[in-house]
Amino acid sequence: MSTEQKPAKEGLFSKKNRSLLIDPMNANNPITVQVLGICSALAITVKLKPAIVMGLSVLVVTTMANLITSLMRNMIPNRIRIIVQLVVVAALVILVDQVLKAFVYDVSKQLSVFVGLIITNCIIMGRIEAFSLGNTPWKSVLDGLGNGAAYGGILIIVAFFRELLGNGTLLDYPVVDMLGLYDLGYKNNGMMLLPPMALIVVALIIWVQRAKTPSLIEKD
Amino acid sequence: MDINSNKYTYIFAVVMVVLVAALLSIAATSLKPFQDKNVELEKKSDILRSVGIEGENVEELFTQYIEEQLVIQNGAAVESEVSAFDIDMASAVALSAAERQVPLYKADVEGNTYYVLPLRGKGLWGPIWGYVALEGDGNTILGATFGHKTETPGLGAEIATAIFQDQFPGKKLFTATYEGIEVRKGDASGDQQVDGISGGTITSVGVQDMIADCLKPYKSYLMSIAAAAAAPAVELAPVVDSTLITAAL
Repeated sequence: MSTEQKPAKEGLFSKKNRSLLIDPMNANNPITVQVLGICSALAITVKLKPAIVMGLSVLVVTTMANLITSLMRNMIPNRIRIIVQLVVVAALVILVDQVLKAFVYDVSKQLSVFVGLIITNCIIMGRIEAFSLGNTPWKSVLDGLGNGAAYGGILIIVAFFRELLGNGTLLDYPVVDMLGLYDLGYKNNGMMLLPPMALIVVALIIWVQRAKTPSLIEKD
Repeated sequence: MDINSNKYTYIFAVVMVVLVAALLSIAATSLKPFQDKNVELEKKSDILRSVGIEGENVEELFTQYIEEQLVIQNGAAVESEVSAFDIDMASAVALSAAERQVPLYKADVEGNTYYVLPLRGKGLWGPIWGYVALEGDGNTILGATFGHKTETPGLGAEIATAIFQDQFPGKKLFTATYEGIEVRKGDASGDQQVDGISGGTITSVGVQDMIADCLKPYKSYLMSIAAAAAAPAVELAPVVDSTLITAAL
């Protein structure tokens, strides 16, 4: 046995594992590169606070869903794997919703219907299907954390600009009013509050990201 | 066992569903008391907020300030099997205005009597609700609060913010020409008008319809309060006279 070449044990944060966590932030971002989860990026980025809580909820759900499906990956019958994934995600989302309702009622009210919509977030199903069904639990957890954080990050950036320019506030704090810009004739741009502007802000982020990361630019 | 065989697939599916169902029902049942308490506290704090009272200990403040809870049907206080607080407004507003039994909360804040009316209506995506507190004359609005289930944050959901709600105090519900509050686009300087939410037109119109609809069962009750509020001024006169007479004697 001892003569057999055993693969060197990988460290918890080996280079490969770290890239699982960090890649989604830039080169493999679920929203700006893979264009997943756009619907919720559009719906809940009018204000910063729901965007933050939504980002956190998605982070928890992707990480847990990745962990659970990865633990079960050798038991799940191939033909019903999508249904199994859905059941796992739906159960987690219902739990998150119930816990929020019981202990942080205010936040749960803020998010209202969007918590339930986490189930339909393509990022979660996408990561389970593409990653955690074929990888070990620890790697899957890192992948879930990375993608959840990347999703939340984009949400927060978009919400930051929409709330600031559309409403003149940040986390309901009247920033623009404090700076006295209204007295100079500044007006909030109500269009920022409308859904299409979320897409335009996401597009601007993609533009900036591609300008900075040449590897993302298509050849022709 | 072959994990792709039919037998295994069926067994896996059944076991999984049973486990998940058990887990979720345990979670739902054990968290229910907390959730119900949150809903009840929110209702009480909404009612209190409409008469301008806010504080940490909602339970205590509620017993302190809300002195009477009436059930109103067709403009008169009636006896009901359900207590006023437990009336489900969602099923109440589904009935015609004449059949509805609706609660009316009478608050006593530093000697002033206020009346709180619950509201329930439709927004763009789902139900909206609120409370309107009236001053002693049963017509002038003291304060209003609104809530919603699924309106869009930043658009329709703005009805739940102070910017929208602060427009209501001082407005009148009843005049000879209109009953309710008109939610308008643009100029809203009138006694019965407030400015709607940009980008939330359907929710704003929902608020207007909700107020008009929910007022109906209370109308004659509030009218009689208004009449009574106007009357004492007349009745006071003899009292003043008699004191004058006593003083003179």
